[in-house]
Amino acid sequence: MVAPLDRKLMRDLWRIKGQAGAIVLVIGLGVMMLVMMTGLVNTLDETRRAYYDRYRLADVFVPVTRAPERMAARLADDRRVAAHTTRIKGHALIDPGAGELPIRAQALSLPDAGTPRLNDIYLAAGRLPRTASANEIVLLAGFAEARGLSPGGALDVTMNGVRHSLRIVGLARAPEFLYTTAPGELVPDDARFAVFWMRRAALAAAFDMRGAFNEILLASERGTNPKAIIDAADRMLASHGATGAYGLADLPSNRFVTEEIRGLKSSAATVPPIFLGIAAFLLYIVVARIVQAEREQIGLLKAFGYTGTEVSAHYLKLVALIAVVGAIAGSIAGISAGHALAVFYQTYFKFPFLVFTLDPVSFVTGFAISILAATMGGLAVLRHVFALTPAVAMRPPAPPDYSRSFDLAGAFRHLLDQPSRMVLRRLSRYPGRMFGSVLGIAAGMALSASTLTVVSGFTSAVDLSFTVMNRSDMTVTFTHPVPRKALLELGRLDGVQRTEPVRIVPAILRNGTNTYRGALEGRPREPALNRIIDSNAAPLALRGGGITLAEPLADILKVRTGDILTVEIREGRRPVLHLPVTAVAQTLLGAPAFMEIGALGHALNERDRISGALLTIDSALRETLYQEIKDMPAVAGVTLKADARDALVELMNTGPGSVRYVMLLVAAIITFGIVYNAARIAFAERSRDLASLRVMGFTRAETGFVLLGELAVVTLLAIPLGIGLGYGLTWAIVEGFSTDLYQIPVVFHASNYGTAILAVVIAAAVSAALVWRNLARLDLVSALKTRE
Amino acid sequence: MQDQCQTAPPPIFSVASLSKVYGTGPAAVHALRELDLTLPAGELVVLLGPSGSGKSTLLNIIGGLDRATAGRVMFQDHDLTAMSDAQLTRYRRDHVGFVFQFYNLMPSLTAYENVELVTEIATNPMDPREALALVGLETRGHHYPSELSGGEQQRVAIARAVAKQPTVLFCDEPTGALDSTTGRAVLKVLSDVNKRLGTTVLIVTHAAATAAMADRVIHFADGDIREVVHNDTPLSATDIEW
Repeated sequence: MVAPLDRKLMRDLWRIKGQAGAIVLVIGLGVMMLVMMTGLVNTLDETRRAYYDRYRLADVFVPVTRAPERMAARLADDRRVAAHTTRIKGHALIDPGAGELPIRAQALSLPDAGTPRLNDIYLAAGRLPRTASANEIVLLAGFAEARGLSPGGALDVTMNGVRHSLRIVGLARAPEFLYTTAPGELVPDDARFAVFWMRRAALAAAFDMRGAFNEILLASERGTNPKAIIDAADRMLASHGATGAYGLADLPSNRFVTEEIRGLKSSAATVPPIFLGIAAFLLYIVVARIVQAEREQIGLLKAFGYTGTEVSAHYLKLVALIAVVGAIAGSIAGISAGHALAVFYQTYFKFPFLVFTLDPVSFVTGFAISILAATMGGLAVLRHVFALTPAVAMRPPAPPDYSRSFDLAGAFRHLLDQPSRMVLRRLSRYPGRMFGSVLGIAAGMALSASTLTVVSGFTSAVDLSFTVMNRSDMTVTFTHPVPRKALLELGRLDGVQRTEPVRIVPAILRNGTNTYRGALEGRPREPALNRIIDSNAAPLALRGGGITLAEPLADILKVRTGDILTVEIREGRRPVLHLPVTAVAQTLLGAPAFMEIGALGHALNERDRISGALLTIDSALRETLYQEIKDMPAVAGVTLKADARDALVELMNTGPGSVRYVMLLVAAIITFGIVYNAARIAFAERSRDLASLRVMGFTRAETGFVLLGELAVVTLLAIPLGIGLGYGLTWAIVEGFSTDLYQIPVVFHASNYGTAILAVVIAAAVSAALVWRNLARLDLVSALKTRE
Repeated sequence: MQDQCQTAPPPIFSVASLSKVYGTGPAAVHALRELDLTLPAGELVVLLGPSGSGKSTLLNIIGGLDRATAGRVMFQDHDLTAMSDAQLTRYRRDHVGFVFQFYNLMPSLTAYENVELVTEIATNPMDPREALALVGLETRGHHYPSELSGGEQQRVAIARAVAKQPTVLFCDEPTGALDSTTGRAVLKVLSDVNKRLGTTVLIVTHAAATAAMADRVIHFADGDIREVVHNDTPLSATDIEW
């Protein structure tokens, strides 16, 4: 037997289903964002961890020039090392055929039998190369997909200057190549960089590494600081050309993934609370309104002898039920949206599997906030209602008291007609509610504006990087530093217009305890083909002897112009330099450190060597030029600026960047929700006043002014606040999305704010039109006769 | 049943075969059944009858708040039944004042401002102060409705209704929410408005005693007029038995 109060509850719910539905929607969206974002971040974190674990990704990577196998055993003697394996790693160039640039590739050895002890691969298709096979390879699946290759196909590959025809027998994914970035490039591009694995004996033959290795991988014992192992490995292998061991944290692919997850985490921490806060506010207002409308029934129930607690419980049940339904709907939507997003990211990160993980805390938070907001809204009103005796409660409420609120309208008495005073008095009578609506709309607008700003900031970044800064058409990279005359040879090729040298050396930059493992880029004094610019986009010249740092790098190292930086070069005779910071440059990709190329050569004690060159070319002669460059010795790779640009755009639009579009959509829905709700509540609360005005002979337009004037004022107040909030939020979002791999410049365009304002105005106009329809249908007689 | 006036003043309202039906089919409710009525200008008329007898419906239709299902209502020489919404609004704005049971004051405006609300849009209004003085509230003008008693609120509502100097004042249960002393004071004000300004006043009420102060009493039953009674010696509002 259902208690009569519970039957009333269900019928009441049905009666207010429209309003309840709106609350469920708003709460649902807030909870959905929370569950979705935290679920996504947790899933990605957990999947990555599981993938690394299952395929035994090493903790420490020690590249050397060449070391005999016995050195590995000595390193493995270290108690802190749990497992080790050696391998051979080499540069290769794939010839994709006529008319196309050669593609850079990395060749890696698999043990002669079985799979590697560390850095295992996940075979996605085909099989592993046969033991002792000389020309069978497993190709990185991402590259194969981008190029339309499959097992059974063949590749023409140049290794160590010798051309090989290799047969693809399998496709693989590997945890160390979640992102594949060609050496010297920052933006991953599946189609322009390949990784393949072959049996060790074959690779040793190709690279002349019999009985030796050029990389050792180490897994540390649990709880060991990899730093200690790194230092030990560097010391022990120094005489074998150790170029600097590094930990998993510095593995480029891992760094990229970590940064992307960090970006997602920061948006998960900032965006859902905004939505949930707005949802909670709306809930509070609407619930307060529902309970207020129940005033007479509450009086009646009390007159029947129901206790205050029973009646309160009844109404709290009503609002809690709505809140719980909203939270459940939001959780379900959040789980499925989170799952869908995770699947999307799975392809993006190339995880072979997904460990879908939900964060119980997000559900608890979502439910708690929803129920709390609903109950607070209900309690705030119930408290007033219970202070009344049943008899008073059953009478219509006394007119709201305007005598004690701040009389803004009175101050402008002579300027305002009565309808305008009504609008202003109502706003100043309920300042909290007005401020809440203003804040809500402003937050929605800020979210749209800042998201748009970040999107266009990215467009500016691309423009700045690829038109203002990089004016070359092509970048050529050599396998090792070559004499400067290679630049002259490139310049003599048909179709090459201008050339500019680049010298890149791996280096560790230190300022006290702040360290950055990167590279030092030697550039001409006044680089023309790839400019270095200051924060005002004016070209910077490199002063000899000093170092110019990219802004994110200066931030990481916590140095300013004039400070002295320690630079440990990790190549050649490995000098340690102490260089003054002469300037800080604005960069959008990577965190480079620049030095004048002559000064760098001097510091390295080498004369006129280059690692690569920037070219401008005559596009009519492109194809023959490709062929000629392909045939040049020591060329490790060629990158077209257009390809690099496309890869970056792709990265921003498919990765975490795409979350921005989801945010934009939800921001729009929420903004509309708030505006519409404000209009609906104003209408519901004032239908009597509005009917009275109509009866007195006010036209529909004049009556509409009293109703919608309030909405207009709230909207107008929200716009400047939204601009201010948008400004702050943009910095927060940019901070979240920017990494030391790429930075999004904050460029405020009036048009973005124009669009956001337009969206708010449209939301207000649509809400106004919907409420206007209600006003037209307003039944004057019944509105006046019924109490409230 | 009908009582055509002899010579007297020209009629303010002539109602012919007026019907109002709510709903359709078997559930249809006939609120007014082919009602005919002529009302001369300048009288105080009381409409009496039980709930659902049609008196409020008639008031709403001739007040321009509701539309008839059939029949014709002439206000002076204007056909209300042929008017558009905008014309009805104009009619209410220029000619009609309303007083309701639940006052319907704007809570965000003071007593004075509630009156001014109407005088701002009227073509020939009186000074709001004068209107408040008429209801005896000249000193309470700066108070908000929340600071006024029920009777005071109703008097402000009357002041607001008469301030535009309407041709006709419609009052639907104006004393319904008031005690007898306050109710009498409100009726006194309505009677004063009728006497001093010459405004035609129509009062819908349950309280039969109110009839004693009317020039004309119309008794309603089942959606039609049962009887129209002329009262040649109306009592003062202060003298009626409650």
